[in-house]
Amino acid sequence: MRGGLLNLRIWRDPILVAISLVALWQVLHEIAGDSAVTAPAPTLAHLWEMIGQARFLPHLRETGLAFLQALAIACGGGVLIGVVLGGHKLTGEVAEPILVALYSVPKITLYPVILLLFGLGMPAKVAFGALHGIIPVVLFTMNAVRNVNRTYLRAGRAMRLTPAQTGWYVLVPATLPEIFSGLRIGFSLTLLGTMLGELFASQRGLGFLLMTAIDLHDVKTILSIAVLISVFAIGANAALLAIDKRLHRGAAPEAHEKP
Amino acid sequence: MSKAGWIRTILLVGAVGALELACRTGAIAPTMVTAPSKMVTTLVETLRSDEIGMHLQHTLSAVAIAMSIAIVGGFVIGFVLNWVPFLRRAFSPFLAAYYAIPHFAFYPLLIVIFGLGPVPLIVLATLFAMVAMILATMAGLDRVPRVLLKTARIHRLSLVEEIWRVRLPAAAPHILSGLKLAVAYSFIGVIAGEFILSTSGIGHEIAFAYDNFDNPRMYALILFVLGIVTLFNMMVFAWERRMLRRRGA
Repeated sequence: MRGGLLNLRIWRDPILVAISLVALWQVLHEIAGDSAVTAPAPTLAHLWEMIGQARFLPHLRETGLAFLQALAIACGGGVLIGVVLGGHKLTGEVAEPILVALYSVPKITLYPVILLLFGLGMPAKVAFGALHGIIPVVLFTMNAVRNVNRTYLRAGRAMRLTPAQTGWYVLVPATLPEIFSGLRIGFSLTLLGTMLGELFASQRGLGFLLMTAIDLHDVKTILSIAVLISVFAIGANAALLAIDKRLHRGAAPEAHEKP
Repeated sequence: MSKAGWIRTILLVGAVGALELACRTGAIAPTMVTAPSKMVTTLVETLRSDEIGMHLQHTLSAVAIAMSIAIVGGFVIGFVLNWVPFLRRAFSPFLAAYYAIPHFAFYPLLIVIFGLGPVPLIVLATLFAMVAMILATMAGLDRVPRVLLKTARIHRLSLVEEIWRVRLPAAAPHILSGLKLAVAYSFIGVIAGEFILSTSGIGHEIAFAYDNFDNPRMYALILFVLGIVTLFNMMVFAWERRMLRRRGA
């Protein structure tokens, strides 16, 4: 069963989706005309050309750096806060509704506040990206820590594990799959937040290029950048999803092996 | 109220009080944050005096339209995808990756296509909100227990009756949580779009006040938006809870 056939199956769906999306894009182009939606082939050629240009790279680096820093804060801080909130019952109960309310509020309205606090530039973008990403990471980690099977902890105590050993051999394997799901969502939201931050009051980065392209009515550039970001987002998400599935699958059989 | 509820209230009141104190004593400069009491008074003035009603109306009508399309369309699409396995197989990888895309990167394109106005905002918010509804509808219909469907067959329900009396009620909790997301996402989509680039609406007013260093007005409007959205989300949440309690869940 596992072999060429399975491989073909894995690749068939994404390829079909990609082909149909490009086809849809072409159809939209035929309907809307060149001034609204440029055709796929010239746009991709334009994107390729743009990536080669020296003046494009600083923008890409700016966005990339902002995103990576925001991601590091969201993941590191989120897991840390989540572990604390999950480990202490009352603190978790106090914080959870506040976090959920914050999660569903349009955080973009808070962006001016962040701009005032951090000033224009990189720190504000990083803070805004991290603000978007950190909440799901906290919520997922908190749930993961809360739902650790008490039996595992008791078994650990029976085997006289030190606290460090309990953490490494019991808590980490038990919580990792769910925390990773949170990190995956945090990844997407951090990217969203960073992009949002760049679209408003920014002087560098891909978002800034998008906004200048609107003023110039440069549809080709808008589409190129949007496609670049989407391809990156979808690719990264697919990779994370694959790891995620593997972790969740790994969690079950291990429990069977050592009853 | 529970113990956690009390602590939460005290914490929030304390935080607002501390902010007020810090602003009054000058520990936080008024160019950074205005005092909460001033936010409220400015908000009352703003609501009473100028044309904020028009902006509010623009925002809320865009949200309402996007929300309705997203909920109805998302439900229908989710239902169809669940019913036709072929379509579902074709679309599911696309749906799984959907929320990884930062949609706001496409807002400039929507402006170019539809022109500056309410239409690109509505399209953006609908695109943002609809897929949550589709996914929730599919998840809900997937989790209808087999035994209920068997019972429906024993009672010889017609297809329409089976859907109406068995499938939909059984899927309701998931569909409701999708609805909750669709409401929140419609607000986020419209307000974020207005914020980035538009000519009217609450989001635009906040951005405008920011550009003009009009901090008191900006903070008042931020407070207003957060208040409205939280109120709306809480209403949907309370409604969901009541529905769930009636089902005995």
